[in-house]
Amino acid sequence: MRPADYRTPAIGSDSLAHQARLLEVWATAPGLKGFFSSVDHKQIGIRYIVTAFLFLALGGIEALVMRLQLAGPNLSLLTPEQYNQLFSTHGMTMIFLYASPILSGFSNYLWPLLLGSRDMAFPRLNALSYWIYAAAGIFLYAGFLTGNGPNDGWFNYVPYASRDYNPGLNEDFYSLGMVFLGISTTVGAANFIVTALRTRAPGMSINRLPIMVWGTLTASAANLVVVPAVSLAFLLLWMDRQFGTHFFDPGGGGQPLLWQHLFWIFGHPWVYAIVLPAMGMVSDGLPVFCRRPLVGYAAVALSTVATMILGFGVWVHHMFATGLPGLALSFFSAASIAITLPSAVAVFAWLATIWLGRPVITTALLFFASTILLFVIGGVSGFMTASVPVDWQLTDTYFVVAHLHYVLIGINVFPVVGAAYFWIPKMTGRMLDERLGRWNFWTMFVGFNLAFLPMHVTGLLGMPRRVYTYAQGMGWDTLNLITSIGSFVFAVGVLLFFVNVWKSLRSVANAGPNPWDAPTLEWAVSSPPPPYNFAVIPTVVSRHPLWENRLDEEGAVSSIERGMLLDKGKETVGTTALDAVPDMVLEMPEDSFAPVLLALGAAALFVGLLLKAWLVAGGGTGLVALAILIWLWPRRELREREAGS
Amino acid sequence: MSETALAQPEKLPVGPIGRHGIGYWGVGTLVASEAALFAYLLFAYFYTGAAAQPGWLLEPAPPLKLALPNTILLLASSLVAWVGERGVLDRRRWQALLGFGGAAIMGTGFVVVQWFEWKAKAYGLGTSSYASLYFVTTGFHIAHVIVGIGVLVAIFAWTALDYFSPRRRLTVSAGVLYWHFVDLVWLFVFATYYVTPYLGFGR
Amino acid sequence: MSLAPLGYLDAAGRRAHSILPLTWFTLSVATAVCIVIAALLWIAVRRAPKNGGALETRSVPVERGSNGINWITVGLLISCVPLLVTLVWTMAALAAVSGPPSHPGLTLDVTAHQWWWEVRYDATNPSETFATANEIHIPVGVPVLVRLHGGDVIHSFWVPKLSGKTDAIPGQTNLSWMQADQPGRYRGQCSEYCGFQHANMAFEVVAESQADFASWRAAEVQPAPDPITPAQARGQALVQYRCGLCHQVRGTGAGAISAPDLTHLMSRRTLAAGRLLNNPGSLIGWIQDPQGIKPGTQMPNQYLSAQQLSDVQAYLVLLR
Ligand code: HEA
Ligand code: HEA
Ligand code: HEC
Ligand code: CUA
Ligand SMILES: [Cu+2]
Repeated sequence: MRPADYRTPAIGSDSLAHQARLLEVWATAPGLKGFFSSVDHKQIGIRYIVTAFLFLALGGIEALVMRLQLAGPNLSLLTPEQYNQLFSTHGMTMIFLYASPILSGFSNYLWPLLLGSRDMAFPRLNALSYWIYAAAGIFLYAGFLTGNGPNDGWFNYVPYASRDYNPGLNEDFYSLGMVFLGISTTVGAANFIVTALRTRAPGMSINRLPIMVWGTLTASAANLVVVPAVSLAFLLLWMDRQFGTHFFDPGGGGQPLLWQHLFWIFGHPWVYAIVLPAMGMVSDGLPVFCRRPLVGYAAVALSTVATMILGFGVWVHHMFATGLPGLALSFFSAASIAITLPSAVAVFAWLATIWLGRPVITTALLFFASTILLFVIGGVSGFMTASVPVDWQLTDTYFVVAHLHYVLIGINVFPVVGAAYFWIPKMTGRMLDERLGRWNFWTMFVGFNLAFLPMHVTGLLGMPRRVYTYAQGMGWDTLNLITSIGSFVFAVGVLLFFVNVWKSLRSVANAGPNPWDAPTLEWAVSSPPPPYNFAVIPTVVSRHPLWENRLDEEGAVSSIERGMLLDKGKETVGTTALDAVPDMVLEMPEDSFAPVLLALGAAALFVGLLLKAWLVAGGGTGLVALAILIWLWPRRELREREAGS
Repeated sequence: MSETALAQPEKLPVGPIGRHGIGYWGVGTLVASEAALFAYLLFAYFYTGAAAQPGWLLEPAPPLKLALPNTILLLASSLVAWVGERGVLDRRRWQALLGFGGAAIMGTGFVVVQWFEWKAKAYGLGTSSYASLYFVTTGFHIAHVIVGIGVLVAIFAWTALDYFSPRRRLTVSAGVLYWHFVDLVWLFVFATYYVTPYLGFGR
Repeated sequence: MSLAPLGYLDAAGRRAHSILPLTWFTLSVATAVCIVIAALLWIAVRRAPKNGGALETRSVPVERGSNGINWITVGLLISCVPLLVTLVWTMAALAAVSGPPSHPGLTLDVTAHQWWWEVRYDATNPSETFATANEIHIPVGVPVLVRLHGGDVIHSFWVPKLSGKTDAIPGQTNLSWMQADQPGRYRGQCSEYCGFQHANMAFEVVAESQADFASWRAAEVQPAPDPITPAQARGQALVQYRCGLCHQVRGTGAGAISAPDLTHLMSRRTLAAGRLLNNPGSLIGWIQDPQGIKPGTQMPNQYLSAQQLSDVQAYLVLLR
C-alpha cells in the first residue's frame, strides 16, 4: 500500500497502549548490537559525557605530574621532553577532548528533551560524531602512550612543529588526529544547528529557546565555519612535514605567521564555543534555584550571539608580540576590550537573578554561583591582556596561564559539575548526595583558587609559561609550591565528584520526573526518560511551560498532556525555524551500523596516512565510501524515494 | 482560567517533499563549512602572496589556454545538472539521466583537463610556497569534484532505478546543490590563481 | 638584582616605565571589579537562609519577581567608564612605545637560536664589527634599537624591566627597542616556547655609562689573546679543531658561527644562556657534559680526556 504523502497528525493523550507502540519503534536493541548501532541521542549523550570526563581525569593527572615537577626550583622528576609532551598533551586533552565534547554530551542528551522533540535532526550523524570523537581521541592518545605525544604546546607553532626541528612522529599524530577530530566537531555542529532550527516543539518560537540552546547553537554556528581553519592548518602542516610543501617554511617562501593566523582565527572563537553552552547551563540552571525566571532573557540571548560575532574579530590578541603593524594591533586591542561588554551582560543578569530571587542553597547552586565569580576573575585578566602594551609584558607568562584556567575551569568545569548535579537525576533517576556535594564543592572551590589565584602573581613576577623547570632566586618558589598544593586539593575535589556519581548510581532511583520543580520541558518526562522522550508532542506557549500556573502567564498555557501522537512509525515533528509552526512530519532513521562503519573506515584511513601504509589508507577510504553509500541509499521508510519503486 | 494552547496542524507533509526537508538543511550546513574551508585556502594564498618577495608568482601570466575552456566546461556542467533536476521535476526520466550523466561526464572531463594542466607546469608541489598553494588548492578542488562526480553517479543510478518523483526527490536536489557549490567554488579558485596575477597581485 | 629578576612591576627604563602606569591601572580596575562582584554575590547568596533555610528547592515558591533589567543597564554603563579609559590610554601608550626611535643611540642585531642568543654589533668600519652571545651591553640613557632575527624556530625577546616582548621569527625582521635609565644588569628571557631548553634561554642586558660601554666595546673588538703556556697552546689547538666546527674564536682558526662566539668568553657573567654562572669550574663542567647540564642542547658532549679538558680550560680562561 502506498503511504500517504500528506497527513494530519492525530491529536490525543498519552495511554499505555500508545507508549507500548512507541517503545517498540524507538527502543534500541539490547546488547552489543544496540551499543554499536544505537542512534538514540540519550545514549550518545551519556557516552560523550563519560568519555569526556575520562579525558578530564587523564588531562588532570598529567597536570598533577607537571605540578610535582614545578613544585620547587630545579626539580628533575621529568626530562624536558617528558615535560613538553605532558603540557602539550594536557592542553590538547583539556581543550579538544574534554571541554568541547563534555558540552556536546550535555547538549546531545538534553536538547531534544529541552526542545520537546524525540531526537536530534540527524540521529545517525550524531552517532557518527561520537564514534569519530572516540576514535580520534584514541588515535591522539596512541601517540602519547608510545612517546609520540604532541610536544609543541596545544597551539603548535611552526617552525618548531616542522620536520626540521621535530623529526619524530609526534607532530604527525597531532596533525592527523586534529584533522580527524575536526570531522566530529563539524558534523556535530551541523546537527545542532539543524536540530535547533527545525525540530522544536510547536510554539517554541525562537524567543522561547532555553539559553543553553542559544549557547550551543551559537557555538555550533561558529564551529561550522572556524573548525575548517584549524583542520586546514594541520593538514598543511602535515604536508609540509611529509611531502615537502612550503606553506610555513620561510626557506621556501612560506609564512610561519600564516599558521598563527589560521590557528587563532579558529582558536579564539573556539574558546567561546567551549564556554557559551556552559554559560547557558548557568542561565538555565541558576534561576531554578532562585525560584524565578532569569533576569534579562533577551539581553542574555543576544549577548551570547554578540560575543561570538565580536569573537570572530579578536584573534590577533594572541599575536600581539609578533611584530604586526600598530594599526592592526589597535584594532584588535579595541575589539578585545569591547568584547567584555556582552560577557558583562550575562554576569549582571545572573547576579540580578540571585539578588531578586530567593536562592535555595544546593550544591548545583553553589557551582553555578561560583561560576560567576570565577568568570569575572578570569574575564578581567583577559581584559588586562587585551591592552596591547600591557600584554607585551603579560603574554607568555603564568599570568596568561592563570587567565586561561580561570575562564576554562571557572566557566567550563564548574558549570559542568553544577549541571551534573542538576541533570544527572534526570539522566539516571537518582539524586546525587547533597552532603558529599558540599564537600565536593568546597574542596574544588578552595583548591582551585589556592592553585590558580597565586598564579597571577607568579606571572606578574615574570615566570614564563612552558618552562620545565626554573632557577632558584627568581621569587617564584613559594608561589609555585602553593599552586602545586592547591592543584592536589582541587583534584581531590574532582575525585569527590566522581565518588558522588558512583555512589548515586548504586542508590535507588527515586528522583521522580521533576525533583527541583524546574520549569522546562525535560522535567515533564520521567527520569530517566523513555527512548521516545515524549509520548505526545507538547505545544509550548512560554519559556517556562512547567511554571506557567504560578507565573500567571497571560492567556493560554502550554499543552503537555495532549498533543500529536505520531505513532505511525519512528516519527517526530518538524517545525519552522523562527516561529516553530509544525510544517512536516519527520521520519526518523532506525538504528544503523553505518556510522560506526564510517568511523572505522576513517580511522583506518588516518592510521594509513600516518604510517604511509597506502593500502590501509585505501581500504579505509573504500570502507568510508561504502558506509556513505549504505547511509545515503534512498529509503522508503524515510520517504526518500517514491513508494512504488 | 487560561485555556490550553494546542497546535492543531493542518495536513503536513510526511517526510521530505520536494526540497522541503531537513536533509536539504544538512547539505546547506555542509556547504557552508566547505565554503569556509576554501575561503581559508584562498586567504592563505593572499596572505602569503602579499608578504612575498617579487618573483614569488612562478607564473606571472598564468596560461589560460586550458584553464578558461575548462572553467566554462565546469560551469556548463552545473547547468546540465540543473536540467537533470528539471527532468526529475517534470517526470522526464531520460532528461534526468542525460542531465546527471552528462554533468558527471563533463566533471570527469574537467578532471582530465586539470590533470594535463598540472602536468604542463614547470614546477612541482615542493618548488616553493606558491607551487604548494597552487597544487594543494586546485587539488582540494579536484577532490571535491571527484566526490561530486560520485554523487552524480549515485543520483544517476537511483534515477535509473526510478526512485524519484517530483515529490520524493530531496536526494536529487541536495546532490545537485552540492554540485553547484563545487562549480561555484572553482570560480573563486580560478579568479584567484588565474585572474588576479593579471590584475597585478603578487607581481 | 631585585627579588624577582624577571618581574615587571618595577621598571628600569623609559619604555617599560611608560607602560607601567597603564599596567597598574588595569590591574586596579580588574581587582576592583572582582571585589565588587564578589561582594554582590556574597550578599546575594547569604540572603538564602532568610527563605527559612529551605533545603528542599521545591518548597520555596516560584515567583516572577521584579524585572531586574536595570541591573544590566547600570552594570554596563558603569563598566563602560573604565573600559573607555583603558581604550584611550592603550592607544596613547601604544603610540608612545610601539614605534622604534628614529634616532637610536645604538643598533643591534640579535638572532635567537635554539637555545642561545647571538648578538652582533655592526659598525661602519668592518673591523669594528663583532659578535658576542647571551650578554648585551648597552649605554644608559639612549634608546637602543634591536633588530630581531629568527635563527631556527620562533623565539621571543624580553627584558621585563626594560621592554616587553617581541618575537624573533625566521624569515622576517622584527624591531624592538629599549632604554635603560640606570646602570645595572637586567635579566632577559626567551618567552616563546622553542623546544627542549626554552626554560634555559636567558640572557643579560648590561647597561653601563657611555665610557664603560666604549671601553667594553673596544675590548670586544680585539681578537683573542695568544696562548702563553704550553698547556694553553695545546688547548688552543684543540679548540681550533674540535670546537671550531661550531664556535668562533676570532684571531684563531676556529671560525664557525653556528654557536656562541667564544673570543671573549670569560668577560661574560653566565654560561650557556644563563644556565650557569661563568667560572673556570663550571666551564669545565659544561664542556664535559653539556647534555647533562642542559639536556637536549645543540652542543654535543665532547668526550675530552682529563688532560685535554684541563688544556682547553687553560686556554679558554685566557679569553677575557
Ligand atoms: C574559555 C574561554 C575563554 C574566555 C571566555 C576568554 C575570555 C577573554 N579572553 Fe582569553 N584566553 C583563553 C580562553 C578564554 N578567554 C585561553 C585558553 C587563552 C590562552 C591561549 C594560550 O595561549 O594557550 C586566552 C588568552 C587570551 C589572550 C592572549 C594572552 C596572551 O597570550 O598574551 C587575550 C588577550 O587579549 C585574552 C583576552 C580575553 C578577553 C578580553 C576575554 C573576555 O571575553 C572576558 C570578558 C569578561 C569579563 C571582563 C568579566 C565580566 C565583565 C564585567 C563584570 C564587567 C566589568 C569589567 C571590566 C570593567 C573589566 N585571552
Ligand atoms: C579545560 C581546560 C583545562 C583544565 C581543566 C586544566 C586543569 C589544570 N591545569 Fe591546565 N592547561 C590548559 C587547560 C586546562 N587545564 C591549557 C589549554 C593549557 C596550555 C597548554 C599549553 O601551554 O599548550 C594548560 C596549561 C597548564 C599549565 C602550564 C604549563 C606550562 O606552561 O608549562 C599548568 C601548570 O601548572 C596547568 C595546570 C593545571 C592543573 C593543576 C589543573 C587541575 O585543574 C587539574 C586537576 C586534576 C584533575 C581534574 C584530575 C582529577 C582526577 C583524579 C584525581 C583521578 C580520578 C581517576 C579516575 C576517575 C580514574 N595547566
Ligand atoms: C656541534 C657544535 C658544537 C661543538 C662541536 C662545540 N660546541 Fe660549544 N656550544 C655549541 C652550542 C650550540 C652552544 C650554545 C648552547 C646553549 O646555550 O644551549 C655552545 C655553548 C658553548 C659554551 C657557552 C658559551 C656561552 O657564551 O654561554 C662554551 C664555553 C662552549 N660551547 C665551549 C665549547 C668547547 C670548549 C668545545 C670543544 C671542546 C665546544 N664548545 C664544541 C655548539 C658546539
Ligand atoms: Cu627560545 Cu623559547
Ligand atoms: Cu582569544
